Amino acid sequence: MSTLTSPSAEAAPTGIRALAKRVTPQLDTLPTAAAVVIFVGMIVYGEAAYGRIVQFNTLSNLLINNAHLVILAVGLTFVIVTGGIDLSVGAVIAISSVAGVMLINAGWNPWLAMLLMVLIGTAFGTVSGILIQYFHVQPFIATLAMMFLGRGLASMLSTEPERVPDDSPLRSLGEQLKIYDGPKVNDIVLTPGVLIAAAVVAAAFFMLHRTRTGRTVYAIGGSEQSAALMGLPVAKTKMSVYIISGSLAGLAAVVYTARLGSAQNITGIGWELDAIAATVIGGTLLTGGAGFVLGSVVGALVLGLMNVLITRDGGIPPEATTIITGGILLVFVLLQRAVLARRRE
Amino acid sequence: MKLGRPVVEMTGITVEFSGVRVLDRVDLTLRSGEIHALMGENGAGKSTLIGALTGTLPILAGEVRIYGEERTPAGVARSRAEGIATVFQETHLSPHLTVAENVMIGNEVRGTFGIDWKANRARTAEVLTRLGLGDLDPGRSLSSLSPAVKQLVAVARALVLEPRVLILDEPTSSLDAAEVQTLLRVVRGLRDRGVAILFVSHFLEQVFEIADRMTVLREGRFVGEYLADDLDHADLISKMIGEDIAALKALRSERLAHHYSASGDPTLRASALGRRGTLDPTDLELSRGEVVGFAGLHGSGRTELARLMGGAERADSGELWVDGVRVHLRSPGAALRSRIALSTENLREEGIIGGLTARENIVLALQAMRGWSRPLSRGEQSALIETYLEALHLSPRDIDRPIEELSGGTQQKILLARLLATRPHVLILDEPTRGIDIGAKLDIQRRVAQLAGDGVAVVFISSQLEEVVRLSDRIVVLKDREKIGELSNGPGVTVDTIVEMIAADLDGAPEM
Repeated sequence: MSTLTSPSAEAAPTGIRALAKRVTPQLDTLPTAAAVVIFVGMIVYGEAAYGRIVQFNTLSNLLINNAHLVILAVGLTFVIVTGGIDLSVGAVIAISSVAGVMLINAGWNPWLAMLLMVLIGTAFGTVSGILIQYFHVQPFIATLAMMFLGRGLASMLSTEPERVPDDSPLRSLGEQLKIYDGPKVNDIVLTPGVLIAAAVVAAAFFMLHRTRTGRTVYAIGGSEQSAALMGLPVAKTKMSVYIISGSLAGLAAVVYTARLGSAQNITGIGWELDAIAATVIGGTLLTGGAGFVLGSVVGALVLGLMNVLITRDGGIPPEATTIITGGILLVFVLLQRAVLARRRE
Repeated sequence: MKLGRPVVEMTGITVEFSGVRVLDRVDLTLRSGEIHALMGENGAGKSTLIGALTGTLPILAGEVRIYGEERTPAGVARSRAEGIATVFQETHLSPHLTVAENVMIGNEVRGTFGIDWKANRARTAEVLTRLGLGDLDPGRSLSSLSPAVKQLVAVARALVLEPRVLILDEPTSSLDAAEVQTLLRVVRGLRDRGVAILFVSHFLEQVFEIADRMTVLREGRFVGEYLADDLDHADLISKMIGEDIAALKALRSERLAHHYSASGDPTLRASALGRRGTLDPTDLELSRGEVVGFAGLHGSGRTELARLMGGAERADSGELWVDGVRVHLRSPGAALRSRIALSTENLREEGIIGGLTARENIVLALQAMRGWSRPLSRGEQSALIETYLEALHLSPRDIDRPIEELSGGTQQKILLARLLATRPHVLILDEPTRGIDIGAKLDIQRRVAQLAGDGVAVVFISSQLEEVVRLSDRIVVLKDREKIGELSNGPGVTVDTIVEMIAADLDGAPEM
């Protein structure tokens, strides 16, 4: 059975060989590795060209300003790994944040309002999931409908920016905590929002890699029919990913509103696409079946860092940001295609 | 033979799909410590019966008893929990996951910190060792494995549950001889430990080698249950197809009697046709009324030559002449307009359009040739369909069903009908009989012989060399991406002649 053994499996993994095996990136991880390389490359380039990038305060701000995007990207990783898509997350942020802030201003208990903000996301995700799983609506269409619904509801509630009172507990989630007091304001600063994002990433990582539901997410992305034949709970899992994505969008609304201090119906337009871009840049295949939640975090940070570099440069018009985002995205999609082609051989 | 205790008793099972009765009062009894073969043509209802047993399909009437207890079907997960494990074909695994994940998913060993991957890999390695795959790294990605290893991984997935009932649905179709023996040995081992086994395969030799008992289905009906020792090959085949095996033998002698002599200009002439990295420049002539078989191993260039001739791939060297006119085939459509029709070996990906009905699939190519501005009228369509219903023994009830719901043999016939509707002068059939049952094979082979009689030049490609020998007037032998010779078929030519020819060509030197 000569076909059964690969050359690497024949030789015992000893010494250098074992090391080489560990270092050699697997095809699956290649796009994610590339995202890390690009991220590091951007930092090195930024430091060389503009200076003051590898600094505590710059990197702290990068995390603070992108915590909500990281949370969204984590949610979309679940959906995209199953081979689906969720276009509603940007609109969920709008409806959730506007509703939450209005309730706080109306005298609701702020903690209860925050919980409700997350639950609004949960509700949107649940409806998307039901449409997709039980009414067999294409994920693209189902979540597109939810996107219009969410945006419309937000606009019906208010078209003005709704300010959060400065003394509200919601604002405390965006409060900057100085962890390390460096010279010349070069401090390590975190917000509770960043900690929430970190917790979300850790929980998602655990769920995707260490639970049956998580592995089922990957199996569905590989082939839904196979997953069903293997006896895996396909319906339940597909519902779960949209509920997770929706709930995380609600959570992202909390984190973002806490930082900004106000909510508006036009908040989050196009963020679903940023989150999808972050996920793809981070190495998740749009066709499903492969991807890493940590890759999506790197992808979100690549996008955030790009904005920082463009601001620092000063010469690049801000309008060019989307062109550069598109370019990076294209490179990564092409890279994925190359990987898929290699896999097929 | 000791009569084991019945583990599964299915009686009067009736299943309908959108009003069509696909199983009609079928019985099946599986006993512990016994290998039971489920036999029947494609479309006889074998997969449906398995679906009814594992609970993936709803049963209209009849009952399923497991250890004497009546049970309503409730899905794969539940039947797995009851100890009924199914080995599906290797394509039903998850390509992105590792071997260990594919084996263990759904039954992972879990510790305090979620899934314990180390324990899972160890358990996987244990099961793989039983299958003779001790050296396969459970951490490898499934997509990096050959189809044969994937199939054994699918078996491992079923074994990991220590099932009481094991269902093997075509488990050997992607395995080589040695691997088949390994699998059969494992299956026998399980039988001896008291597992009830249901074995489904198209390979009659394997069935006779391993089965203790057989249940035969035909057209959704129960034909009978037999002890394997009470049946011989011919009995079984005639029970399966309701037709005499003598028909196949007659076909061979008919073909031999059909004396073909090349006269006039060739219908198709290829000179130095080739494509870098795919096929070395090859010369070939096809004449009217001739069946030319391409023989060679997979990857020998037989499919590649067919694809170049059928316009599915563009040649980068050589010339192709059809009826004396030089043609440049840029696409299969261009080939069709030059009266060359190609039936690809990838039936599902490149052949049928799954969501369309059989009728629409048949009409497709002809409609494409005529152009969209001149649609075929319903009447013309019906006339066309009528012709092929009869010629290919298609069932009228299938004709308006989505083709993906039909059996492989029926799909292959419909693909053939689609090509014939274009009235080709050259018909290239790449593996038209792979994975289909004997009845459909016979229908297709008969049709090929008939077409040649009507003056079509037919290229017939099959891994089953007996079929190539049975049908061809002339056999082109390919190896390592080049044509190594041609044989004129006759009573002296057998499968061994071709095998020797391929084997003798060790140094790759052309030998005529």
